[in-house]
Amino acid sequence: MAKIVVVTSGKGGVGKTTSSAAIGTGLAMKGFKTVLIDFDVGLRNLDLIMGCERRVVYDFINVINGEANLKQALIKDKRFDNLYILPASQTRDKDALTQEGVQKVLDELKQDFDYILCDSPAGIEQGAQMALYYADEAIVVTNPEIASVRDSDRILGVLQSKSLKAEQGESVKEHLLLTRYNPERVENGDMLTVEDVEEILAVPLLGVIPESESVLNASNRGIPVVMDEDSTAGMAYMDAIERFLGEKVEYRFLEAEKKGFFKRVFGG
Amino acid sequence: MGIIDYFRNEKPGSASVARDRLKLIVAHERKSRNQPDYLPQMQRELVEVIRKYVSVDVDQVQVDLQDGDVSVLELTVTLPE
Repeated sequence: MAKIVVVTSGKGGVGKTTSSAAIGTGLAMKGFKTVLIDFDVGLRNLDLIMGCERRVVYDFINVINGEANLKQALIKDKRFDNLYILPASQTRDKDALTQEGVQKVLDELKQDFDYILCDSPAGIEQGAQMALYYADEAIVVTNPEIASVRDSDRILGVLQSKSLKAEQGESVKEHLLLTRYNPERVENGDMLTVEDVEEILAVPLLGVIPESESVLNASNRGIPVVMDEDSTAGMAYMDAIERFLGEKVEYRFLEAEKKGFFKRVFGG
Repeated sequence: MGIIDYFRNEKPGSASVARDRLKLIVAHERKSRNQPDYLPQMQRELVEVIRKYVSVDVDQVQVDLQDGDVSVLELTVTLPE
């Protein structure tokens, strides 16, 4: 039976789509049949990050409205044959997502897939609520920054009160994914530490992704950063995916690179 | 960081300020998250009623709803001396 996982954050621009693409691709690399659904109706971007924007013909809303079937709308990834993308509509707005429509599509996908990853839009309104409603697990993407942490706490409140699981008296399993972590700024006392964020949100930690140039390079090229095996961000995503799958993986990249004598004296 | 920063007195970083502010606001917002929608309006009206008889400031009246086996509405009024 498929597991439905929502990638959410409340705040925009913290790395939801980057993380969805990385985690979805990583799960496929681990051999799981995975589908990524873009819930950001009107502002789709997952297709760009996955590098399949020119292959979009039908979208999620077309399937909900019966204008296309799932087979026509699903885009098969060119790199991994167990990875699919269901793009969002670019011309509609978020009200086009209905609970019944979303349920219909998810039920059909469940027959076929191991993991269904829902890439949530920012905010806590209709679109974000649709993305998390049917979730079994939630990955809350947070930056070590005051507004992002507060908004993550808000979305945790929504998960705990407005998801199907909550309505049934159960709970969505929560994971904290800290992105754009800058160990040097943490060591200088200018950035919240991993422990600070963990303590404030009280959600088990899944991974810490260091701020890295390779994330922008990857999205420029439409290649999920997890495929860049030389980058710290790519490695950190893979670690997080292994933890998600129940493995015990040590944390890496939490400390600043030691500067040599030269750099310490002359700056750099 | 260069040689000049090295000798300068280190100021405490801003992260500790962020952490303290977050702890406060998150605790406050969690408390109000679970309250029913009518509570803020009821709080305002209760305060108005009290102010008809006693001159108190709005922040001297505290209305809390506690959920347990039974819900308890607690009204605390700090009366002026």
